[in-house]
Amino acid sequence: MFSDVIRKIDWEETTERIMSMTDADVRRALGKSRCDVDDFMAMISPAAAPYLEQMAALSQKYTRERFGKTINMFIPIYITNSCSNSCVYCGFHVENKIKRIILKEDEIVREYQAIKQLGPFDNLLIVTGENPAMAGVPYLAKALDLAKPYFNNLQIEVMPLKSEEYAELRKHGMNGVICFQETYHEANYKKYHPRGQKSIFEWRVNGFDRMAQAGVHKIGMGVLIGLEDWRTDITMMAYHLRYLEKNYWRTQYSVNFPRMRPSENGGFQPNVVMSDKELAQVTFAMRIFDHDVDISYSTREPEFIRNNMAALGVTTMSAESKTDPGGYACYPQSLEQFHINDDRKTADVVAALRARGLEPVFKNWDSSFDHEEMLLAK
Amino acid sequence: MNIVVNGEKVEVPGGASVKLLADMQNLPDKGVAVAVNNDMVPRTEWENRLLNEGDDVIIIRAVCGG
Amino acid sequence: MDDKLVIAGKEFSSRLFLGTGKFSSNEVMAKAIEASGTEMVTLAMKRIKLSDSSDDMLQHIAKPNIQLLPNTSGVRNAEEAVFAAKMAREAFGTNWLKLEIHPDPRYLLPDPVETLKATEQLVKDGFVVLPYCQADPVLCKRLAEAGAATVMPLAAPIGTNRGLVTLDFLQAIIEEATVPVVVDAGIGAPSDAAKAFEIGASAVLVNTAISVAANPVEMAVAFKEASVAGRRAYLAGLGAQSADFSAQASSPLTSFLND
Ligand code: SF4
Repeated sequence: MFSDVIRKIDWEETTERIMSMTDADVRRALGKSRCDVDDFMAMISPAAAPYLEQMAALSQKYTRERFGKTINMFIPIYITNSCSNSCVYCGFHVENKIKRIILKEDEIVREYQAIKQLGPFDNLLIVTGENPAMAGVPYLAKALDLAKPYFNNLQIEVMPLKSEEYAELRKHGMNGVICFQETYHEANYKKYHPRGQKSIFEWRVNGFDRMAQAGVHKIGMGVLIGLEDWRTDITMMAYHLRYLEKNYWRTQYSVNFPRMRPSENGGFQPNVVMSDKELAQVTFAMRIFDHDVDISYSTREPEFIRNNMAALGVTTMSAESKTDPGGYACYPQSLEQFHINDDRKTADVVAALRARGLEPVFKNWDSSFDHEEMLLAK
Repeated sequence: MNIVVNGEKVEVPGGASVKLLADMQNLPDKGVAVAVNNDMVPRTEWENRLLNEGDDVIIIRAVCGG
Repeated sequence: MDDKLVIAGKEFSSRLFLGTGKFSSNEVMAKAIEASGTEMVTLAMKRIKLSDSSDDMLQHIAKPNIQLLPNTSGVRNAEEAVFAAKMAREAFGTNWLKLEIHPDPRYLLPDPVETLKATEQLVKDGFVVLPYCQADPVLCKRLAEAGAATVMPLAAPIGTNRGLVTLDFLQAIIEEATVPVVVDAGIGAPSDAAKAFEIGASAVLVNTAISVAANPVEMAVAFKEASVAGRRAYLAGLGAQSADFSAQASSPLTSFLND
């Protein structure tokens, strides 16, 4: 389990090592065809800042080698904002007096149908708050079943589950799971996640082992930028990624590092800020470190970043997302989980990608490929 | 009675044990292993393991090799 | 430099493993082993010729600081390998085993299917299994999952001295390995061994290149030194090799970040 691994990696020491990386360390990393985590640290260190252009070129080269000139398109759907946790940075947290919605079956279907009007989306990410009692595994299974007529590739982003529960959801057509660790800083983790199941660092960080053990095809990881020193946090994710790739080599991985924006409603303000250049640096470094990992940018990032980075290392994007339950059709006025910076229409995102010589791919999977799931379901 | 040892016919007294065969062949105390009909017989059982007419015995030892 | 190789809980100071085939005499072999500083030596098994009373090679290699590594050379499938393994454990008093199954007489290339099957069985039977295998990253994963103590991918066909023909695959194996990677077969010169260590191999197994050298004992020393040099270079962090990092006046890809 990864908790055993990460507890052996000292946070402060790692920070110090990153900050003391030299020009020579950066050059050495960039000259390698296979980088280790030390090289990754060099590439995200301040010493690598002068090499941004070279890193962009390398990142672009590796991305084209492995992914061609394509961008995978997905769309998220929030089916509930009810949550029993109280993450200090999140508008859905339990004490917030907002209207709680758990979409009913007919509402979920209406949302799916509305999404299909936006564009030929086929990769769906079903998102919930964390309310296992009211919106647990049976509810998710239902949402997956209802999605099948509309979408071939179904992923979920929900509370960490037991291995058996992941296996159960696979029977309902679930292909992938995204879960953000948010931060790998165990000591401070509890400060941000004071209550509920999410307050247990170990349960969350070992969730990825459980997903892989349940045979989930694709696992998405993420660090929320704005909590702890992002360099160290993303380095921990790099360790985690390597650990998972080594131990569960049949699985595909994706990484996310969304940047928290200053809160609209006077809530939590980010502790650290990552500049656009730094975001680009981390993205390039991640690609040079791991040629195959899927790098995903959501609509939290602004249009000009998404357009430009798409050609340089990003491989997956969402478009026209609503981050409030019912936002596509049923309850268009409810509160978003986070603010969207890129609110272009899907057609405009597509046109912008095409203008850069990239092909947006909406469908890269057909549920009929899923022999294993079909067998499981019998 | 006749048995086969590493492909060669060998005569041993009726009811002979593996131990007796080993003594007859001057096997060293270390570095060899014996199997009877493809079943490895540990040295500790040599005495008790009796041979039968026609048994196929393999005796191996170390040689050089990568 | 405290840089121990650990296999199945046992520590080794030397990362050079020696094969004992093709030496001109047992005396030369014993001297080469000593000169190489190796702590792991392979040996094969053979049916005794009843009349034969030739010199026993075992006495030349069975030293307290040396881990014997019997191989299963000559077997053609998993079943024969399991039998050979049991014979080896009995004869040499060790449960360590270099599993090699190569039914192909021409190139002596290992049979991946039988090797995996045999590994699964032998691990269950309590052996420390070091399988010789093709430089196939997926196979190496499967062997490690089956409980192999190391994987031993080949650099080139046995005895060819052709060096790291499988370099790209070895790199992939090393990058993803959860067990030590021992580069076996085909290492023809000390520079090959050094290169294997530079890319991160945990150990190398050398035989023909030493045993058929004009002076095997000197060659053993050369391999010892090359192994140490390669490993040190790896630990020291090799310098950047190819990329051109001259400062660029314009930045066509990242200029959007300056706006
Ligand atoms: S981040 Fe997720 S778990 Fe935390 S309060 Fe928000 S919805 Fe709930």
